[in-house]
Amino acid sequence: MWEALKDLFLTYESTLGYIGLNSLLALSVYATLSCGQLALSNAGFMAIGAYAATLLTMEGGVPFPVALAAGAVLPALVAVPLGLPVLRLRGVFLAIATIGFGEVVRLGIVNWDHVNGAQGIVAIPQKTHLWTIFVALGAVLFVLSRLRGSKWGFALEAIREDEPAARTMGIPTAAYKLAMLVFGAAIAGLAGGLEAHFTFMVAPNGFSFGRVVDMLVFAVVGGTARFWGPVLGAAFLTLLPELLRDLAPLVGIEPGPLRLMVNGLVLLAVILFLPNGMASVPDRIRERARARERGRLAPGAAGWARSSRSSGWSAPSAAFAPWTAPRSRSAPARSTGSSARTAPGRRPPST
Amino acid sequence: MGQQIVNGLFLGSIYALFALGYTLVFGVLDILNLAHAAVFMLACFVALVLVGNAGLHILVALPLAVLAAGILGVVLERVAFRPLRGRADSNFSGLISSLAVAIVFEAIALEVWGPNVERFPFGTLPAGRPIPFLGAEISRLQLTAVGVAVLFFLALTWLVTRTRLGREIRAVAESPRAARVLGVNVDRVISASFFISSALGGAAGVLYGLAYNAIAPDMGRSVELKGLAVIVLGGMGSMPGAVIAGFALGLSEVFVVAKLGGSYRDVVSFAGLFVILVLRPRGLLGAASLREA
Repeated sequence: MWEALKDLFLTYESTLGYIGLNSLLALSVYATLSCGQLALSNAGFMAIGAYAATLLTMEGGVPFPVALAAGAVLPALVAVPLGLPVLRLRGVFLAIATIGFGEVVRLGIVNWDHVNGAQGIVAIPQKTHLWTIFVALGAVLFVLSRLRGSKWGFALEAIREDEPAARTMGIPTAAYKLAMLVFGAAIAGLAGGLEAHFTFMVAPNGFSFGRVVDMLVFAVVGGTARFWGPVLGAAFLTLLPELLRDLAPLVGIEPGPLRLMVNGLVLLAVILFLPNGMASVPDRIRERARARERGRLAPGAAGWARSSRSSGWSAPSAAFAPWTAPRSRSAPARSTGSSARTAPGRRPPST
Repeated sequence: MGQQIVNGLFLGSIYALFALGYTLVFGVLDILNLAHAAVFMLACFVALVLVGNAGLHILVALPLAVLAAGILGVVLERVAFRPLRGRADSNFSGLISSLAVAIVFEAIALEVWGPNVERFPFGTLPAGRPIPFLGAEISRLQLTAVGVAVLFFLALTWLVTRTRLGREIRAVAESPRAARVLGVNVDRVISASFFISSALGGAAGVLYGLAYNAIAPDMGRSVELKGLAVIVLGGMGSMPGAVIAGFALGLSEVFVVAKLGGSYRDVVSFAGLFVILVLRPRGLLGAASLREA
């Protein structure tokens, strides 16, 4: 019995480790998403952290915790001069500029002979244990959970909802955005250091654009309206391939393409039908129940809400009136009931 | 030197074609279509099947593959963009959903053709001696690629500036809402834009596949990021900008490879991308920046 459990644990040890690492990476993207900024530089930060920690343990002979800390601090320091100019950009432009940064870091490593260029470093001592990963994850989650409901948390939410308005309210938006970029960079660097000592190797290939896309997918599938959403998404999408491996022969598709296909379809389904991610499911159920309740008490009100949403009186513009659709990155659960749908006076976000 | 310029213009014509389609969709919808590179890749596989399995001449296969790419673009718009239209954050969710479709497209290619590099059969390109030109040699393929790029650019310019559809596309780009009020069928215009955009991307894909003769499911990735560099350099949404920047990137890559070595090729485009975004976010020919909150 005990042996069987131990076997089971050993089989899934690496999967569990990856759940933890991917959760950290998803949270690093979430950090900037939580104030509405799509920064895709985290594969670059992760690479900096991974290489810094690896070089410190292998060549510097530094104790592992110190190396890990350095691997988190260095990308955070790099994030400051990166963020100062780049965070002035908005939306897609910020995403593109940070993709550029990530690629420059990766190509810099490819051209750095001291670390074997594209081949990468192998035979890194295994110092990361499962508990190390989950302690790190717990620490990050603790910090994020404390943000909620604090002055910081409200400021971030305000910036996410409407940045110019937040600035008008006296919130130093630039400082908050920079702080979250730095925080995300530290998480990504920490995850990089942990992963290097978990898989015994680092190579620039592992920090390509595809990697940051993975992180973003975890965060979006899990949902970014709640800080634990990214963890949910990372766990789900890391476990999914394990489940699919047995399924692959049944549908007659190779496991590799099947995994990719399912990832893509899950992502598409989430963005189309569940814009706030998996974490919003309980809120949706609750909201629907509440709406049904209200419908029973005052059928007129609910009926009005529905008719204003269907094209009805505003046929030509209905599709382009954003305030009639539930806002995706906002937190509708916290706004009472269906205010996002019914309040006609709500200021339409400019596009 | 002369040869470098010829090679650079050739590479640049592929980048320009790719970026033209990229920037067209961005100009109309303000959405970055990250599935553009997947269409690029699938078009190349379609051409491969038409040439390799159906035995068609490449000059027949190229237009058919371009057509197939255009249809893929319409499907892509239906699946990934139309359902999101009208959402407050359609910029962000459109980016994600196009990413999802790109992943699915890549999975399909991976399942059908496998991860290995495929090649066009020998003799796909008609044999012929390169044409000497001012001390450099221009291959038939290079001439075709530059010709196709220039042809498409002229056709697109004509379409956008002179035709009814072009006027409607510009109207939708300006304001979908106002265009709809004025009786423009916005959905149809956006579908048409996606058709044109993906057809351009497909043309770039086939030419790229012919140029390097290495077709793989992940061939679109590097071009995708370079395409970003090109449309940013040219100014997001600006078509002449995309063409100029495409040729500029092609030329600079060729010269960097010649002077510094192959591994620095990509550094230039991404470092350049980064610097431009910081110093002049609207690019060479972009419109003055708008409020984008």
